[in-house]
Amino acid sequence: MAGQDSFRNLFFEEAEDLLGTLADDIARLKSGERDEEIVHSIFRAVHSIKGSAGAFALKHLVSFAHRFETVLDAVRSDRLALTPDLLRIVERSVDHLSVLTEAARNDRGTDQSTSDAALAVLDACLEGGVDVGSGSTLPMAERVLVFSFAPLALDFDDGEAKPSAQAFTIRFRPHPALYDNGHEPALLIANLAELGSIETDLDLSTLPDWSSPDIIEPAFSWVIRIETSAGLPAVQEVFEFVEGLCELSISEEHAPDALPAPFDTFADAVSADVPFSPVPDPAAARIATMKLTESPPVAPPSPAVAASAPASDGTAPQPTLRVDLDRIERLFNAVGELIINQSMIAQRVDDLQIQFDTDMTAHVESYRLLARDIQEAVMAIRAQPVKPLFQRMSRIVREAAEGTGKQAQIIMLGEATEIDKTVVERLADPLTHMVRNSVDHGLESPEDRRIAGKDPAGTIWLSAAHRSGSVVITIRDDGAGLNREKVLKVAVSKGLVPEGADLSEAEIDNLIFLPGFSTASATSLLSGRGVGLDVVRTAVQALGGRVGITSRPGKGTEFTICLPLTLAVLDGMLISVGGTSMIVPISAVLETIRPLPGDVQQIGPDERLLSIRGRYVPIIDLAEALGFPPAETDDPAMLLLLVETEARGTCALLVNRVHDQRQVVIKGLEGNYGQVAGVSAATVLGDGQIALILDPDGIVAPSYLGKSLAGAQRVAALT
Amino acid sequence: MQDPATSLGEIELVVFCSGGQSFSLDIRYVREIRGQSAITQLPHAPEEVLGVMNLRGAVIPVFDLSSCFGLGPTAADPRNVIMIAMNGARMIGLLVQAVSEIVSIQHSSIQDAPAMLGGPAQSHISGLIPLADGMSRVIDLPALIQRRLPVPA
Repeated sequence: MAGQDSFRNLFFEEAEDLLGTLADDIARLKSGERDEEIVHSIFRAVHSIKGSAGAFALKHLVSFAHRFETVLDAVRSDRLALTPDLLRIVERSVDHLSVLTEAARNDRGTDQSTSDAALAVLDACLEGGVDVGSGSTLPMAERVLVFSFAPLALDFDDGEAKPSAQAFTIRFRPHPALYDNGHEPALLIANLAELGSIETDLDLSTLPDWSSPDIIEPAFSWVIRIETSAGLPAVQEVFEFVEGLCELSISEEHAPDALPAPFDTFADAVSADVPFSPVPDPAAARIATMKLTESPPVAPPSPAVAASAPASDGTAPQPTLRVDLDRIERLFNAVGELIINQSMIAQRVDDLQIQFDTDMTAHVESYRLLARDIQEAVMAIRAQPVKPLFQRMSRIVREAAEGTGKQAQIIMLGEATEIDKTVVERLADPLTHMVRNSVDHGLESPEDRRIAGKDPAGTIWLSAAHRSGSVVITIRDDGAGLNREKVLKVAVSKGLVPEGADLSEAEIDNLIFLPGFSTASATSLLSGRGVGLDVVRTAVQALGGRVGITSRPGKGTEFTICLPLTLAVLDGMLISVGGTSMIVPISAVLETIRPLPGDVQQIGPDERLLSIRGRYVPIIDLAEALGFPPAETDDPAMLLLLVETEARGTCALLVNRVHDQRQVVIKGLEGNYGQVAGVSAATVLGDGQIALILDPDGIVAPSYLGKSLAGAQRVAALT
Repeated sequence: MQDPATSLGEIELVVFCSGGQSFSLDIRYVREIRGQSAITQLPHAPEEVLGVMNLRGAVIPVFDLSSCFGLGPTAADPRNVIMIAMNGARMIGLLVQAVSEIVSIQHSSIQDAPAMLGGPAQSHISGLIPLADGMSRVIDLPALIQRRLPVPA
């Protein structure tokens, strides 16, 4: 039994790989490449699937694969011309093959009528197409195209040499909302740098007085001079999704002026903090005038661009090893133990206070480094490219477009970006939903698009990129954008916001994530399944991520999912609550404050508010909320953690002590116990004791306040 | 593997004391017996859930057996031990007062608990065994654990 099962699993894993190869091959054919080898490769993949499926008596899969193979064989032997129409049929057949494989894997049946239709289409090809194209449809000359894009990039090399180059001066001052929405000036500037040569001046004139910095208001602004042959629209496009979130002016220059701007007096103090300094020469870092004049191929490309480079083309596939996930899991746990053990030993050695024993200290330090190396290496094993996931999305786009009578194409960027396997798996459902949503609600119908002067076929961009310890996935469409008026009206009619509420555009956009919000007035077959974007948000949050939206009327909508690289470790802040050590995820903490006595106001008998920068936020006594006895403390000053929560916005958590920040290995509570409200997981500290990882959202939720009572009732019910 | 509770023939039971009463547990559930370990309290847990402890990197819940049977919390004592038990894939700890012996008896000599028992005793005890110095209650571990797990929200 077990042997049969493991063979079966192996088959499905292989089938998944083969389907990935198929998708790659078809993408190459669609991009205009004509190579017999591609057709052969498709044929072989389908044949392999058919052969293995036969061994497991997967009847539907075998019969469909067989018919598909017959058509491919006809193409292979030049009996059938590979017309765009036929290519589309091949593509749809691969989609159907994936559907059948998935159904077989989950032991589900499939819709017989779709299968019959798919078979009928293939049959029609064979009957109608045998006499077409007796000559070779794959001219050898076209093979040259295969490796033709390497020199292309060099064309950008020297923007100034181009007669058509234009120079623009861009003044760019981000508003706080720009950062709130997860945009990053450095990336925008890096995107600009891809268009041509740029020079960037950091304007520090609005830098606040250092003694009382208001950290909410961004102080930096930039003057960027770009020389590019790409034209004004391309430059504007870079800023497309931050429009309204910043002050922006783009003016064309007529007389090129290559002189760098004068040095700024604040240069030395600030340049080290400039977030986007990919400065190759350390000496240059002392100059405030950031000269980002690298030519595009040399410039540090944004991760998305680097990853989108077709790494597989032209290079031999790397040898791989298939390993049972259980074994990796075991290795992973052992490494987690190793890390804990290492920090225990380090702590003990520290406690001994050995002085001048440099040997010991050096050994402990190299042990630490080795342990981290091993941990990183093991995590890399679990990392998987998002490519298979993205390929599945292209199928979703085709299905969704077909289902809604729209035309849509998908452009994928950064498919080679790697994320933890678990994250990839758990991202599949929310991403499917969002991509469907983009086609269904984001894109307009072909007629409407034509009226708006757009290409009748809409485009969905799906991109993944690493960004400082997290993975950012964006789903962008070039549709009509959110109808804010309608969104607000729906939200009011459903009682989600009070009537006459004055909401900013970004706030209105975010309403669509609220539970119980559904935009489609008529429930469509695709997205209107009773689940809304709130499910997506919950799923992403369960992965420790965030999801955001930006929308521009008439131009499109962009969803951003920001995820941690791994679910195995977490950056946390070690705190004490009523004598118990706990971890608060750094991602939730905005700041720690010791408020002045006048900043805390009493409301009612036992509620307190903290006044911070003109706002009032509720103070929640963590010890009380968790039902722990209050700690005796000789420190009368309050220590507050400002956290951002979904349920109640910004809240201040009253804690007893903040120890330090550290990376902790996440241990689930579910395996041996179950979910505990207000606690997301646990970790083992250096002394071997367990510390709980708090879920600030769960704790501040109003339902949590009555928890003590509920707990008491449950005990009563048990006895 | 067969479910320990249903197999016939001779079985071995770990006999221990909790809340002043004698209990016993099929030895095939028992993984190890540990002295007192550092236990981290869980927020709003029922009285019988003492918290979680670290067992070689695994986070396992610890229950106070005495509280589970409504006999009040076990008094702190350095001689208290935590019995690590495994039920399926789930590992738990049971805080008990001293383990006394391991007995080997015929499965058939386990008597059904009389129907007069009510409350937690009724649902957590699968039978009774006579011992030289009285009687021991055989714990139905799956039932005991099932009732102690948090209710999913």
